[in-house]
Amino acid sequence: MSLSLSATTEARWQKILDAYPEGRKRSAVIPMLIFAQDETGIITRELMEEIARRAEVEYLQVEEVVGFYSMLRKQPLGKYHVQVCTNISCMLAGGMELWQHACQSLHLGNKQTSKDGLISIEEVECMGACSWAPAIEVNYDFHHHVTPARFDEIIAEIKGKG
Amino acid sequence: MFNQPSPHEVKILTRRFGVENSFRIDVSLAHQGYEGLKKAIAMGADAVINEVKASALRGRGGAGFPTGMKWSFIPRTSPKPKYIVCNADESEPGTCKDRLLIQNDPHSLIEGIAIAGFTMNSNKGYIYVRGEYRYLISILETAIAEAYQHNFLGKNIQGTGWDFDLHVHSGAGAYECGEESALLNSLEGKRGTPRLKPPFPATHGLYQSPTLLNNVESFCAVTHIIRDGAAEFAKHGPEKSGGTRLMCISGHVQRPGVYELPLSTTLPFLINEVAGGLRPGRTLKAVQPGGSSSPILLPEECNVGLDFDSLAKAGTMAGSGGIVVLDDTADIVSYALRIIRFYQHESCGWCIPCREGTTWLKKILERLDRGEGSMKDVDLVGELAKNMFGRTFCALGDAAAWPTGSIVKKFRGEFETKLATYQAREISAELVTIG
Repeated sequence: MSLSLSATTEARWQKILDAYPEGRKRSAVIPMLIFAQDETGIITRELMEEIARRAEVEYLQVEEVVGFYSMLRKQPLGKYHVQVCTNISCMLAGGMELWQHACQSLHLGNKQTSKDGLISIEEVECMGACSWAPAIEVNYDFHHHVTPARFDEIIAEIKGKG
Repeated sequence: MFNQPSPHEVKILTRRFGVENSFRIDVSLAHQGYEGLKKAIAMGADAVINEVKASALRGRGGAGFPTGMKWSFIPRTSPKPKYIVCNADESEPGTCKDRLLIQNDPHSLIEGIAIAGFTMNSNKGYIYVRGEYRYLISILETAIAEAYQHNFLGKNIQGTGWDFDLHVHSGAGAYECGEESALLNSLEGKRGTPRLKPPFPATHGLYQSPTLLNNVESFCAVTHIIRDGAAEFAKHGPEKSGGTRLMCISGHVQRPGVYELPLSTTLPFLINEVAGGLRPGRTLKAVQPGGSSSPILLPEECNVGLDFDSLAKAGTMAGSGGIVVLDDTADIVSYALRIIRFYQHESCGWCIPCREGTTWLKKILERLDRGEGSMKDVDLVGELAKNMFGRTFCALGDAAAWPTGSIVKKFRGEFETKLATYQAREISAELVTIG
């Protein structure tokens, strides 16, 4: 098979496949998808077929969950996916203005990726940082109390790292 | 990064917060870690359930169901495997407490789950963590590995002959998976849609087997209840809402934060004393006391206790403990729209009243927020919300209808003003063009 994943992802897959009772490998499908996506950045047909084979389910049973969960993606995102929360607590603390600032300063719209593939942005629902709002998450890293100025600093850091 | 603690806090679940390396098992053990599990084993299953009942602990995930009673529903002697599932899919807007519990004290959660596992004669447990909380997965996996090394998990735990394995399972972004039956479907590798109830998870849960499902904070509370005794916990709240809870206050207050407070605390005390009150010169407009799903309270309704029964009596709910405060600068029409945009996005599409209802509510509220439409649209919002309520598969439909219905009822004047202001502006703009 042509799909090759890193040893780390393979180990994660094995660990999660072993976590469920006999005959219940289907349970591993969603974690397998998200762990693989962390490496590949995108869910391909090939990846779904491989997961179907390993978890001993039909291809369609993998495809149907990919369509349901908002974090599973068939389109590639930026290397740094910047998620801005505008839900109620963040909104009351300036989250909407922060989101507008993000769009304007990066010249990107919702779920769009910069031409160099470095940064993508998304307006997201509550991420669990309500008391330290407004919050953003860059990939899996939380940033709290984010002002537009702080946002620019975070973006500059990202661009510096490349 | 997080808020400073408040001197008004009563630290039971958060007692190890602030201790250096509180997430490590050696630190936990130095602070009475796993004493509750040892005590549970010595007490026996029946006594544990009685103790949880006596603590008057009510589910901290949102529904507020008495935890001890839920525990007593599990058929412990069933020949089927019994499962313990922890709901760490925290995603109710306004709520950010489970994250802190896992980050600071994963061992109190593992201990609580192990106590439940021992009590239910279960051999397997899962912690379902929302996908966005990825950093917590490695914290939990490290803590679980430590617990195995110390024989609090694994084979023949503490010489009892009882085996228990605990695994971490990642979600992938779906608010609906916080609903217990949708969570179970998701845990089985399916789309996160709810199941028809009954049968309830207690008898037909994960893989159609008896399943005990509780929120992170509920399991953590059990750890401390068993160790220190039910009375020690129960005394902090009214008779039917025992103990403390992690209250997440956000919005227009001076010191938003997560504070562990007795359930006997009142809403004005929380806002004014614990959270430092409103910003200078501002007045209170409204409070959502139990996350985005809870009916909104007017300032004159805010003189209320924060326990489950007092808030229910006030026509709202304690929910997940997320208290959102709005001052006079808040635009309530935009706020209502933001709430419904959330529910429309998160509706799983399984049942029509919710899928269509949230979509239409969003369309109408968008119109109103733009200052278009008429007061008939405001009535239509109220009517739609009323018709959704109680007619959906799970509580997501109710959760969308409840705040929306209460906002149009209590803030009708704000809608009128917004429409009038925008329409007046349009007319004057037209006059300028002609002139």
